[in-house]
Amino acid sequence: MSTIEISDLHKSFGSLEVLRGIDLTVEPGEVVCVIGPSGSGKSTLLRCVNLLEEPTSGSIRVAGVEVTDPDCDIDEVRRGIGMVFQQFNLFGHLTVRENVTIAQRRVLKRGKAEADRIAAANLGRVGLSEKAKAYPAQLSGGQQQRVAIARALAMDPQLMLFDEPTSALDPELVGEVLAVMRGLAAEGMTMLVVTHEMAFAREVASRVVFMDGGVIVEQGPPAEVFGNPREDRTREFLHRVLEPASVSETEIIKIKGETL
Amino acid sequence: MKLSPRRRRRIARVAGYVVFGLAILAVVGAADWARLSEAFFRRDVATGMFPEAITIALRNTILYTLMAFVFGLTLGLVLALMRLSSVLPYRWFATAYIELFRGLPALLVLFMVGYGVPLAFPDREIPGGVYGSVTVGLGLTAAAYMAETIRAGIQAVPKGQLEAARTLGMSHTRAMISIVLPQAFRIVIPPLTNEIILLTKDTSLVYVLGVTSTTIELTKFAGDTLNTLVNPTPLVVAGLLYLVITLPLSQLVRGLERRAGRER
Repeated sequence: MSTIEISDLHKSFGSLEVLRGIDLTVEPGEVVCVIGPSGSGKSTLLRCVNLLEEPTSGSIRVAGVEVTDPDCDIDEVRRGIGMVFQQFNLFGHLTVRENVTIAQRRVLKRGKAEADRIAAANLGRVGLSEKAKAYPAQLSGGQQQRVAIARALAMDPQLMLFDEPTSALDPELVGEVLAVMRGLAAEGMTMLVVTHEMAFAREVASRVVFMDGGVIVEQGPPAEVFGNPREDRTREFLHRVLEPASVSETEIIKIKGETL
Repeated sequence: MKLSPRRRRRIARVAGYVVFGLAILAVVGAADWARLSEAFFRRDVATGMFPEAITIALRNTILYTLMAFVFGLTLGLVLALMRLSSVLPYRWFATAYIELFRGLPALLVLFMVGYGVPLAFPDREIPGGVYGSVTVGLGLTAAAYMAETIRAGIQAVPKGQLEAARTLGMSHTRAMISIVLPQAFRIVIPPLTNEIILLTKDTSLVYVLGVTSTTIELTKFAGDTLNTLVNPTPLVVAGLLYLVITLPLSQLVRGLERRAGRER
């Protein structure tokens, strides 16, 4: 059974159609990286998987459960799906330890001792054992994001969603978050990652999905998508992202002309 | 002679101080202090007001304030949640309530509760006698203001907090109770403290309900003493006692705002 099965997914915000028919399957243990220009719908796709956005039409199954079914208990399904946000979204009024235990206590009804033990294990895993008593505002962005990962992992998810987890970080803090994610991937966690970190996607992903204009333009193993893209749009995007210093003025004028 | 900009600024500043000082001196000097202090600061009148000024009047003022505040805060929270609800009739009701009670003078509302409720429900009465009527009468108005404050506080909590909580499997209600409301209340503590200060002063309206010697509050107490002794010293005593309540609260607000500023 696939971990995620998306078929013919459409999503509109008002008259703006952001997703225009997405079909995507993620198998257990796969690390799928979604890349593409901003506004291409990658984050919306991710947020549809745990129903933070309500799809306009189409179906999404997570571990066999149809989340788009109106009778589906979405709180139940979300327990099994960890999510990491671009803005971390740690709970500012709680300490690091409380951030990692609150959902264990309130949702999974674990006892205090057990929740604390699992929190300690997961904070150790992301290298932040000594920060358990700190408040989020006292941590760097990279540390906050690692706590957010520990918070998600404490719920024993079978799937992790990452929504541009390093985009809000100072450049020198990106590495520590990617290192934790790489470790998770190596342990066999199923991951769907929206990212601009091409090196990470190339190295860690089992599959890379390139989206543009609300559709999947192409997908395949990273070596193929990065090394030998089939579509012009993919090639142009990669050129601009991987060699930003060599984009020529004539290209900009050409692209402007297209959009006008 | 040509003045340097710095010298010119200094002269302007000194001229400002002089004008300001003279203006104050003019007002202070023009007043007839001898007559004023004879009328407003009579020691025998002031000492005669104690201990009742504190054991009854000040105590009741604080009681009325606290009870109306708790009632208003509870109702205000409900109204704020209704205002943010996805259910349209709830939103309508909350909006109508807030607009109505913010627009009416507190005195009028107090009158209506004091005289309207007994007419509307002849077989029942608000429990607690005057205390109950004051709680409801002042609380209804306070709730309207606090609802708007709390709503703003809830909306000031970033949307990502609710999303993160829901993503962890919390229900909407659980996420509001455990994650959003605790942070919203931290944000609104300074404006809510201001609300208590305003309420403290609004308790001076309680006299319209016809208070007795045991339920009397500061303003009415001072007014009665003034009428009996035909001397306005009681007003000064009452004023000072109000400041005993409100000045520490103002100080508290300032402290809280400083702390909030540091945390950000």
